[in-house]
Amino acid sequence: MSDILEVANLAVDIPLAAGMLHPVQGVSFSIGRGETLCLVGESGCGKSLTALAIMDLLPRTAIRTAESLTLNGEDILNAGERRMSDLRGNAMGMIFQEPMTSLNPSYTIGNQLEEALLRHRRVSHREARDRAVMLLEKVGITAAASRLRQYPHQLSGGLRQRVMIAMTLMCGPDLIIADEPTTALDVTIQAQILLLLAELQKEFHMGLLLITHDLGVVARVADRVVVMYAGQIVETGTATQVFAVPRHPYTQGLLECIPIPGKTRRGANLGAIPGMVPSLIGELRGCRFRERCAYAMPACAADVAFRAAEARDHVYRCLLTPAECAGNARRKVPA
Amino acid sequence: MLIYACKRLGVAVLVAVAVSLLTFSLIYLSGDPAMALAGEAATQQDIEYIRKFYGYDRPLAVQYADWLTKALTGNFGYSHYLRQDVADIIFSRLPVTMLLGACALVFALTLSIPLGVLAAMRPNTMVDRFALTLAVVGQALPSFWFALIMIFWFGIVWRLLPITGTESWVNFIMPSVALGYYVTPAVMRLTRTGMLEVLASDYIRTARAKGLRPPVVLFKHALRNAIIPVVSLAAVQFGFMLGGSIVIETIFAINGLGYLAWESIQRGDLPVMQAIVLILACFYIVLTYLADMLNAFLDPRIRVA
Ligand SMILES: Nc1ncnc2c1ncn2[C@@H]1O[C@H](COP(=O)(O)OP(=O)(O)O)[C@@H](O)[C@H]1O
Ligand code: SF4
Ligand SMILES: [Mg+2]
Repeated sequence: MSDILEVANLAVDIPLAAGMLHPVQGVSFSIGRGETLCLVGESGCGKSLTALAIMDLLPRTAIRTAESLTLNGEDILNAGERRMSDLRGNAMGMIFQEPMTSLNPSYTIGNQLEEALLRHRRVSHREARDRAVMLLEKVGITAAASRLRQYPHQLSGGLRQRVMIAMTLMCGPDLIIADEPTTALDVTIQAQILLLLAELQKEFHMGLLLITHDLGVVARVADRVVVMYAGQIVETGTATQVFAVPRHPYTQGLLECIPIPGKTRRGANLGAIPGMVPSLIGELRGCRFRERCAYAMPACAADVAFRAAEARDHVYRCLLTPAECAGNARRKVPA
Repeated sequence: MLIYACKRLGVAVLVAVAVSLLTFSLIYLSGDPAMALAGEAATQQDIEYIRKFYGYDRPLAVQYADWLTKALTGNFGYSHYLRQDVADIIFSRLPVTMLLGACALVFALTLSIPLGVLAAMRPNTMVDRFALTLAVVGQALPSFWFALIMIFWFGIVWRLLPITGTESWVNFIMPSVALGYYVTPAVMRLTRTGMLEVLASDYIRTARAKGLRPPVVLFKHALRNAIIPVVSLAAVQFGFMLGGSIVIETIFAINGLGYLAWESIQRGDLPVMQAIVLILACFYIVLTYLADMLNAFLDPRIRVA
C-alpha cells in the first residue's frame, strides 16, 4: 500500500514568555490510501497541533520541524505557502472541532461549498453547484438544493458539521483530517457523524486521520491507532493490537477509563488516570508519563525509546518489557 | 428583516420626537423669548404685544404642536436678523455642508480602513505602530489646531491650497482633511480590532484550510465581517462630523450650515439655531437608521432571522 501521508519525527515548538513550549515532539506515522488512523489522547496532548502542522496551518508563532513530511510522496515540509494553498482543500482537507464557528456567517452554504471547488478546478458555477448538491445529499442532508441558499446560522451544529464534511469532499481529496469533529455536538449524533465519515472514507478511498475521544468509535473504524501523551506518541499499532493487547501503562489506563466512585476525584484527573500532565516548557527528559505511572522507576527519568511489542508494527514507549506490560494489564483488568 | 426594520423605525421616531421637544425648549432656554425679541429698550407693553403676536402666550403644548406641524411642512419660521425665511437660509447652506461632510467621510474611510487592515495583518510591526501612533496623535490633537497647522503650511508657507471659500474642489481639500482627520482614529482602531478578531476566528482557518488565496481570505472572508461594526461607527462619526463642521467651516470660512450655526449663536438668532439643531439631529437619526439597515443587510444573522 502506497502511503498518502508520511510524517517522520514531527515537532512543534511554541516560544512563550515562560520559555519554549514543546507541545509536539518526535511524532511519526503514516496513512495509506483507504486507511483510517485514529489519534487519541487526553486533551492538550498535542493532537490538534499535530493536525495543524500537517496542514501547515499552525499559529503564527509556532515553529514546525520534521525529518520529513510527505503527501502522496511530495515533500510538503518545504513546499512553500503557494504550493500548500494549492494542496489544501484539494489534496487534503480538514474538518474542525467547532462546527458552530467554522463556517463564515456572511455567506451562504452554497457559496462556501462552491468556492472550495472553484478555487482548485476549472469548472463552471453550475457544475460546482451540482457537485455541492450531490455531496450534501451524500452527507445525509435533505432538501440539499434549497440548503445551498441558507446561511450557517440557520443550521444546527450537526448539519453544519455535515456541511463541513461535504466541503472538504468538494475536490475529492486524498486525505481528510478530522479534528474531534463531534466533540462539540449533541451526544446522540456524535456516533452518526463519525460513522458517516468512516463510510465516506471507504467510499472515496481516502486516507482519514481521525482525532477523537470516542474509543468506541475508534474500535469500530480505526485501522491503526496512535496514542499520544504530552506531545509524544506513547503507543501505536493496528486497532486490534492496541485494543486487545495495550502495552503502554497510559494506553492501558485510557482503555479502562471507568471511574471508580469515591476513589476517582473529580477534576483532579483527566480520564481515569490520577495526576496531571507535566509542563511542556523547557528541556524535557525521561518518560513524560512517569509522574502518573504506577510502575515508574528511577530509570524512567532517563530518555525512553520505543520498544517493539510482540506483533509487527506495534510499538510503545516504555522501559517495561512486553511481558511485564502484559502482566500489568492482567492485574488491572481481571479476566 | 421587516420586523427588525419596523422596530428600528419605531425607535428612530421616538428619538426624533424627543429631539424635537428638546429643540422646542431651546426658545425658553435663554429666558423669556418675547423679552429677548423685543430688545433692551422695549417697554412692558411692547413685550406683551410681541408675546401675543408670536403666540408665546398660548399653552406650551399648543405652541409645540404648532411649531412641530410647521417644521414638518418645512416652515421653520422667520429670521429677524437676516430678514428671510429660515427654511430658505438653511437649504441654501445645507448642500455645502453635506458636500464637505461627504468628502471628509470619504477621506477618512479611504485612509482609516486600509490602514486598519494593514495594521491587523501585521500586528506589532512598523505598520501597526505607525497606525497606532497616528491614532493617538489624531485623538490628542484637536481638529481646529490641525486645521490651523495645515493652513499655515499648505496655505501660507507653500501656497499650495486656498485657505478660504468654496469656489472649486481645491477649496474643499483642507477642510475635508481637517474634518475627516477627526474621524480617522476611531474608524481605524475599530477596523484593526475587528480584523484582528475576525482573522483569529475559526472560519478564517476554514477558509485557509480550503486553500483560498490570501486576498480572498482577507477581503471576502475577513473584511466583510469586520466591516459590519465599522458601518455603524462611520454613520455615527458622520453625524459628529456635521457637528464638527461648525468649527471647521468657521475656520475656513465655508458658507455652510456649520458657519451659519456659529453666526446664529453669536447673534442669538433662535429660529435659525433651532432649525439647524433639529435638522442635524434628524439627519443624524436617519443616518443611524440607515446604518442599522445596512448593518442588517450585511449581516445575514439579522437579515435572515
Ligand atoms: N497558539 C498556542 N499558543 C500556546 N500554546 C498553545 C497554542 N496552541 C496550543 N497550545 C498548547 O499546546 C498543547 C497542545 O494543544 P493541542 O494540540 O490543541 O491539544 P489537543 O488537541 O490534543 O487537545 C496544549 O497544552 C496547548 O495549551
Ligand atoms: S517508562 Fe516508566 S514511567 Fe514511563 S510508562 Fe514506562 S514504566 Fe511508566
Ligand atoms: Mg484539540
